Amino acid sequence: MSLSPDQVRHIAQLARLQLSDDEVKKFATQLTDILQYVDILGEADVANVEPTAQVTGLMNVMRDDVIRPAGEKCDKQSLLACTELPVERDQIRVKPALTG
Amino acid sequence: MDLLAATIGELHEGYKKGTCTPVEVTRAYLDEIRAHNEALNAYILVTEEEALAAAEASAARYKNGSARGALDGVPCGLKDIFNTKGVRTTCCSRMIERFVPPYDASVVTKLREAGGIFLGKTNMDEFACGGSTEHSCFGVTKNPIDHAYVAGGSSGGSAAAVAARMATYAMGTDTGGSIREPAAFCGCVGLKVTYGRVSRSGVTSMASSLDTIGHFSKTVTDAAHVLQVTAGADSFDSTMPDVAVPNYLEHIEDGVKGMTFGLPKEYFGEGIDGEVRARVMDAVEVYKKLGAKIVEVSLPSTRFAVAMYYIVMPAELSANLARFDGIRYGSRPKREGDTMVDYYYHARGEGFGDEIKRRIMIGTYVLSAGYYDAYYNKALKVRTLIKQDFERVFGEVDALIGPTAPIAGMKIGENVDNPLAMYLADALTIPANAGGIPGLTVPCGKTAAGLPVGMQILAPQFSEARLFQIGRAYERAVA
Repeated sequence: MSLSPDQVRHIAQLARLQLSDDEVKKFATQLTDILQYVDILGEADVANVEPTAQVTGLMNVMRDDVIRPAGEKCDKQSLLACTELPVERDQIRVKPALTG
Repeated sequence: MDLLAATIGELHEGYKKGTCTPVEVTRAYLDEIRAHNEALNAYILVTEEEALAAAEASAARYKNGSARGALDGVPCGLKDIFNTKGVRTTCCSRMIERFVPPYDASVVTKLREAGGIFLGKTNMDEFACGGSTEHSCFGVTKNPIDHAYVAGGSSGGSAAAVAARMATYAMGTDTGGSIREPAAFCGCVGLKVTYGRVSRSGVTSMASSLDTIGHFSKTVTDAAHVLQVTAGADSFDSTMPDVAVPNYLEHIEDGVKGMTFGLPKEYFGEGIDGEVRARVMDAVEVYKKLGAKIVEVSLPSTRFAVAMYYIVMPAELSANLARFDGIRYGSRPKREGDTMVDYYYHARGEGFGDEIKRRIMIGTYVLSAGYYDAYYNKALKVRTLIKQDFERVFGEVDALIGPTAPIAGMKIGENVDNPLAMYLADALTIPANAGGIPGLTVPCGKTAAGLPVGMQILAPQFSEARLFQIGRAYERAVA
């Protein structure tokens, strides 16, 4: 499985990663190496084997739908203090989502 | 008493008797850090004032007879992946290099409540992605034993801190070997817990079905003391099975007479360095003399473990790192672009290092339409094979023993541009993460060049007490 620079650009777009042309070339080679290595899984006999997504066996871990004490972990102001963008009226000001 | 060599038990006794105080010990560690950290780069942040204040509070508790247990007054390091309230936490990434968490990780809260003293935040591979602590935005951490070698990773800073007398113990995370491998390389004890034994809340997630919270220590008994505090339910982590926390020290001196240990033949094969194999076999001889029965077992799925991991882990990582977009938290990029999507591209392009980008892209690719079944789903089925192999052998043996890593060490720069070579160093540690089982690495000698070798002990889920008993028997025999 060999990745072309165009495929790398497509993946980078899906992952919202800005890559330079040099990076695209470098990653195309490195990712190809890695993907060729993982092809070894083709030798594994997994007929009739169920996938394991998690090892705990837990399902539907619930808690009562009650509001926890305010500030139990941290409060609104401390959370808003985490952004490096401007904060107005308890909202983070971002670039426009829509253009035109 | 050499304060920097003292174990948790020795410090606790000293504090109770008054032969040493938490303030003295904390100062001694801070002095050592001031003298040697620059050369090693184990700590990327030292919290001197906070540590001394906590030490004073601990000293007062010992004075008035209200000490909180063995960890009260004992200084430790925290891998910079653990949220510490009010103290910068960066995961050693430019993406969150100025982030100050508004709350503590649950484990940090537990250690604080136990009287733990935090000396600072230790270096790591960015977002825990690496096996050498060479992928940190704060530079490489050197192996204290030989500065030309890496400390291992991703928890290299914590391993180096304990090995270099800069902490009594240190916290780390292990997703594919990130505690066990650096512990082996640096010559200290390292514990990977059962998945779900210790709360992951407040610890930045790498691969959510594989991540575990563990620690480095000078001795096996110390590892037990730390787990006694960190293990147990947490309402903020819903992936923790309801399993009682036993007394980890109760049977720790009981020895191994009558136990049966399996040596997986795949862990001793071709790819293993001869000196590593020899040191581990020396340790096996010790166990034989102590009365354990040794048998050969087989874990045929071992050869698929690295490939399985480098599909499942990047897939989960790509999902976990999707939240880093420089908006609610994280670094504002130098170029912001005109639209929100532009902003994402720039924030993530600038904030993430190469190894992160590689892994995000592999993850994105294997989860994308057309490739999900061929890669991701297939890897999850191989994970089942690995889990089944362990279940089968644990029906016959009490524990497995083998080398922790196929090599005794890597030179700085040796594999930094060869991701695949780096990944293969995890071949013996990854299976335990796949199976969710615990593993303990104990130093078992050195190579001719002086590099430490680690022996890995693996046991069924939630049997950390057994790991400690087995590790302690070896430690006592060779003391």
